[in-house]
Amino acid sequence: MKLAVKIALRFLRSNPGQTVLIVLGIGIGVSVQIFIGSLIEGLQKSLIDKTIGNSPHIIVETIEEGEEIDYYQEVIDSIQAQNVDTKAIVPVSDHPAFIQYEDINKSLLIRGFDFNEKEEIYQFDEKLVEGSLPQKGEILLGITYKDKYDLKLDDEITLLSSNQKMETYTVSGFFDFKVASVNESWGVMDLKSTWDLFDTKGKVTGIEIQLPEQDVFLADVKADEFAKAIDQNELQLVNWKVQNEQLLSGLEGQSISSLMIQVFVLISVVLGIASVLAITVMQKSRQIGILKAMGLKNIQSSLVFLFEGLFLGVLGGIAGVLLGLGLAYSFTKFALNADGTPVIALYINPNFILISALIAVFSCVIASLIPARKSSKLNPIDIIRNN
Amino acid sequence: MEAIIKLDNINKIYGKETKTQVLYDVNLEIERGSFTSIIGQSGSGKSTLLNIIGTLDQPTSGQMIMNGVNTVDLSQTKLAQLRNRTLGFVFQFHYLLPEFTALENVLMPYEIMHGKVTDSIRKKAEDYMELVGIGNVKNNLATKMSGGQQQRTAIARALINQPPIILADEPTGNLDSDSTETIYQLMRKINEEFKTTFLIITHDRKIAEKADRIIEIKDGRINLDLTK
Repeated sequence: MKLAVKIALRFLRSNPGQTVLIVLGIGIGVSVQIFIGSLIEGLQKSLIDKTIGNSPHIIVETIEEGEEIDYYQEVIDSIQAQNVDTKAIVPVSDHPAFIQYEDINKSLLIRGFDFNEKEEIYQFDEKLVEGSLPQKGEILLGITYKDKYDLKLDDEITLLSSNQKMETYTVSGFFDFKVASVNESWGVMDLKSTWDLFDTKGKVTGIEIQLPEQDVFLADVKADEFAKAIDQNELQLVNWKVQNEQLLSGLEGQSISSLMIQVFVLISVVLGIASVLAITVMQKSRQIGILKAMGLKNIQSSLVFLFEGLFLGVLGGIAGVLLGLGLAYSFTKFALNADGTPVIALYINPNFILISALIAVFSCVIASLIPARKSSKLNPIDIIRNN
Repeated sequence: MEAIIKLDNINKIYGKETKTQVLYDVNLEIERGSFTSIIGQSGSGKSTLLNIIGTLDQPTSGQMIMNGVNTVDLSQTKLAQLRNRTLGFVFQFHYLLPEFTALENVLMPYEIMHGKVTDSIRKKAEDYMELVGIGNVKNNLATKMSGGQQQRTAIARALINQPPIILADEPTGNLDSDSTETIYQLMRKINEEFKTTFLIITHDRKIAEKADRIIEIKDGRINLDLTK
């Protein structure tokens, strides 16, 4: 074993130019793998964040349309007792209403949230462009109302509810979701205010759940787990995957294409390593023949090339990580939009980088099996006879 | 004297479709501690014979007993072990490992056997290198030595495991006449000092005639067997 390591190292050192080239070759393969992986993961994350990052992944609602949930706190408690990771569980009261202000007369979806606790799904506090979150008697409107209809902070508007109740509210602020339809059609209020307006005290229309990032695509599985916690005669769970089939297939398509790209990069790296190592066996066949004539066993001669593969893999992996990170860094520093943000959203995932490097090492060892086998089969007499 | 190598009806046929027989029923016994030269024209089969004795090549039929071991049915691993412990090789083209220094080359058969190098064996290797007259170039890479120095390194390497047999194929083949004489003297000295059995293929009449026994191979058969 020790001898095989020694011979492998000596073979690598005896031809430093070639060794550096091989290491660079592996390194570039690994760096491309890391760069493309980080790029695709970054794109995927920003896409998910932009599309479903600020919306619920699972909604608990009544089976019967128009019914509301009055024991919602119990439902939340029993969902939390399921021991499934969640990022946020938010009760919501949604009702249609008409907004009247000067000559504006539009329908609005009034969404009531409990702002006593931090609201984690829509993050209205971050979406605020002006003003503050609504208190009792206040309403938060989309930026469209400011830009298009000239509403200002502290203006008073009138809401006409579906049960013919009319109330006046003060505009506490404006939010911007960067989605015109949301900015125009949502009115956000404190949960208790909606109870008063719609006569639904103590009730919500739905409980919205957001999952941690890594579980987003498991929404259907998680929904099944939550289903155990609720009364399935009255309530049902709807997950985003059912509601957004097109988006889902788009995201899945992207995941698969990213995997395909990475697999092909990997295959080309492995083939490159295997062919280079196969050539080194040819180059070193004379030495292997001499060593075997002196009594080196076949298994030891195989180990020489397995260790060569291992060392090249480790060096190539390290070079690849450094190159990949350098490439990623220079892209985020030098390829910028006009506003200074990077053109390409990269996501540096240390685990992914570590796995890429380990795969490179593993692939190198696997690739070196071919030359190892060749070396094991090499007959010293062929070398002695042919000089 | 006891025979250290015993060949029994050794035949060697090359090729599958066009068969070429190189050795015909060779029977030969080599005594322990003897100094034997094998001569013959090129293509006579003498190198094939030496390679079979060195277990590098397999006979098509026949048996060989080496140092009391029948080599016919041994596995590759056992053969490698036998070569490592029983045989030392010296070839015309030296066959040193260019990646290693002269000293490391000399130590290689020991390292193959034991996996590590002790201080005492390093000392012994240095002594052998002094003996063959290359103490001053022991740390040179194999490629940075003259032909004669490389051949002496190969001899020191053949000695390191103190094998009972040293096989040499044209050990002086590409050396000048002064070096040839020195290498011969050296092998003789080792033969006398360590009682190592030498089996040497040579084209050099002068060297051949100095051996205790001369065997001439002609067309795959023993044509002449002279013991002084």
